[in-house]
Amino acid sequence: MGLTKASTGIGALDQSESIQRTHAGERLIALAGNPNVGKSTVFNALTGLRQHTGNWPGKTVTNAQGVHRRGETDYRFVDLPGTYSLLSSSVEEEIARDFLCFGGADAAIVVADATCLERNLNLVLQTLEITPNVVLCVNLMDEAKRVGITVDLEALSKKLGIPVVGTNARKGYGLEELMAAMESLTGGQIKTAPVPVRYTPVIEAAVASLQPLLEQHLGEKLPSRWAALRLIEGEETLGRRILEGMNLDEEGEGALLKQVAAARRSIVDSGVEQAKLGDVVVRCIVLMAETIAGTVCTVPCRCRERDRKLDRLLTGRLLGLPLMILLLFGVLWLSIAGANLPSEGLAFLFNQLEEHLDRLFTYLQAPLWLHGLLIQGMFRSLGWVVSVMLPPMAIFFPLFTLLEDVGYLPRIAFNLDSSFKKAGACGKQALTLCMGFGCNAAGVTGCRIIDSPRERLIAIITNSLVPCNGRFPMLIALIGILLAGQVSQGLGSVLSALLLVGFLVLGVAATLLASRLLSQTLLRGVPSSFTLEMPPYRKPQIGQIVIRSLLDRTLFVLGRAVVVAAPAGMFLWVMANVTVGESSLLALCAGLLDPFARLLGMDGIILMAFILGLPANEIVLPIIVMGYVSGGALVEVGGISQLHALFLANGWTWVTTLCTALFCLFHFPCSTTLLTIQKETGSLKWTAVAFVLPVMIGMILCALVAAVGRLF
Amino acid sequence: MEHNLTLNKLPVGSQARVSGLLSHGRMRRRLLDLGLIDGTLVKSIYSGPSGDPVAYEIRGALIALRGEDSAQILVQS
Repeated sequence: MGLTKASTGIGALDQSESIQRTHAGERLIALAGNPNVGKSTVFNALTGLRQHTGNWPGKTVTNAQGVHRRGETDYRFVDLPGTYSLLSSSVEEEIARDFLCFGGADAAIVVADATCLERNLNLVLQTLEITPNVVLCVNLMDEAKRVGITVDLEALSKKLGIPVVGTNARKGYGLEELMAAMESLTGGQIKTAPVPVRYTPVIEAAVASLQPLLEQHLGEKLPSRWAALRLIEGEETLGRRILEGMNLDEEGEGALLKQVAAARRSIVDSGVEQAKLGDVVVRCIVLMAETIAGTVCTVPCRCRERDRKLDRLLTGRLLGLPLMILLLFGVLWLSIAGANLPSEGLAFLFNQLEEHLDRLFTYLQAPLWLHGLLIQGMFRSLGWVVSVMLPPMAIFFPLFTLLEDVGYLPRIAFNLDSSFKKAGACGKQALTLCMGFGCNAAGVTGCRIIDSPRERLIAIITNSLVPCNGRFPMLIALIGILLAGQVSQGLGSVLSALLLVGFLVLGVAATLLASRLLSQTLLRGVPSSFTLEMPPYRKPQIGQIVIRSLLDRTLFVLGRAVVVAAPAGMFLWVMANVTVGESSLLALCAGLLDPFARLLGMDGIILMAFILGLPANEIVLPIIVMGYVSGGALVEVGGISQLHALFLANGWTWVTTLCTALFCLFHFPCSTTLLTIQKETGSLKWTAVAFVLPVMIGMILCALVAAVGRLF
Repeated sequence: MEHNLTLNKLPVGSQARVSGLLSHGRMRRRLLDLGLIDGTLVKSIYSGPSGDPVAYEIRGALIALRGEDSAQILVQS
């Protein structure tokens, strides 16, 4: 889900972040590889950074970078998006290719999957055409061994003419050797002699005819052979980039283009259509990869039997969808049932702490307003945010990460694809939707894995129709209130989980409907082609998952909530205690919103909380609480039952609770998400659509529920 | 006995060799990058809950394709 400070924090908004050495001695290393080969794991292990990793293709969508120190030398690693090739024109492939060509890296590590080496060699061979300074890291060696695949690394190294190191990055095995190879390569102790891909004689002749002139113009910047191939192929943007790099005058460029045209003609004259030239080039590379893999790998004929059996169950006609819902239910039930006790414990702790702080304030003879501002305003908001939000998050995330790590997410995309197809959208949208469960901003960035611009926009605009982690605990709390006093606690958590599954299904249904609506109106079009890789199931690293998801996601999200909640709490306290005429500012604002909010089954305070919660959805519920209590009555930080009592006292009925929950599910995205949408689409119009669409859905649903509620 | 068909017609559980691609542009490139050149062995492994998409084994990897897209791939079984 990529939910880290880098992907959702302020830095995420700076897309054009330049990658360069911080000091002259630093060595810049590009990390390339197919999607889902453990590239991010290698990156994390080397740099100590916590780039989130997930067992599904397309995880890395931004260039993360980190530094590894070895001896006296710093190595700055840049984690490129996973790509199958450097030839086609998806956004990710362009990012990866541009960095390798023009990023000025000293060397590259290509990470390959030992269990699928043949396909991976395609990228290796293409990278070697751009730069000779490559170390091949054959990762997932343990997994290959488990399924009976062997790779002769020494023979592979000889065939390719570059250092090859076998690793098992998850356990840290082989990384020392990898860095040692990198050190000798960048230090100049070893020289690589990469094997060139041999194309057909006609292409080779055409390339050779261009090379002398290109060598003269390019110097050391780019290999002339590679540049010649690309110019002959005639892909426009890349061709432009190569020409620009040469700083030619008009005459020089004209002469070069003339030669390129002649070279192209010689190929066409031999009977290869210009349009098929790309095919021939790829075929040569693939065949070479096949030959090399054939000599260095042995693959048993019946590997992955276990995966196939599991897939037949999890994606099966009968059980695929029910098992998916059941898994979701299980995760949510554990989150809800497990969160009760810690929630109450945390609330108790905060109350104890507040008493001590009270005493301290009295002892210091602090003025009453200061106590109000800091304790009743700020501290209590914090207490609510932490005790209500933290426990469900801390359970939900590791569980969700577990499903992700095992490799279940692509199966969800596989199962839901036909629904997305009917909605005119891309099947990979199911993946970005899952990312949205973590954080909608991360989900929006993740939409880069969708190639078609139309389908990408659909996925971006509809992403906030599924609740992010900031809204999960609020939904859980509201469902708890809805059920409070109705059922016993054990049964309650089961029912809560069922209701929450219902809300999520509603969110997914709304996503599909909205996607379909967009496909038929603003973003008209037919679903385009795509391929979805189903990675092998992997044994999850449970310890790491718990630590990662707690540190990276839970604490980060909580931190963000706290940073927003503290000032919001103070702001609210001021609003509640500054009076204009007879009533407080808070009452005045809430009063203004009240008539409209009533139409939607809520009240002014609730609607105001949603508006004030724009920076972070996590604080909406605490603001509602503050709004109710700041007037006079004090309410201690507490669990669901205290919430229930407080809301009942403020006139809540089941209609209020249901409408608030619905509006929580469907309202405007938080400010971080909106900024990310603006950044990703580069358009205010689409940002506005992404803002209005969920609000409209929410308002319509709430108004309907409120209208029905009035009948009873 | 050899006969020509499109990949979407290949029954689950059977295999065939690629004999040509009808798709063009970006998708053609993507399929080639996945190694779907002439002569490549493709095995239909399983289909989704509604029968579409279908997961194919291609050069050791498992790749899901929609029916519309696999209809653009010619195979010989």
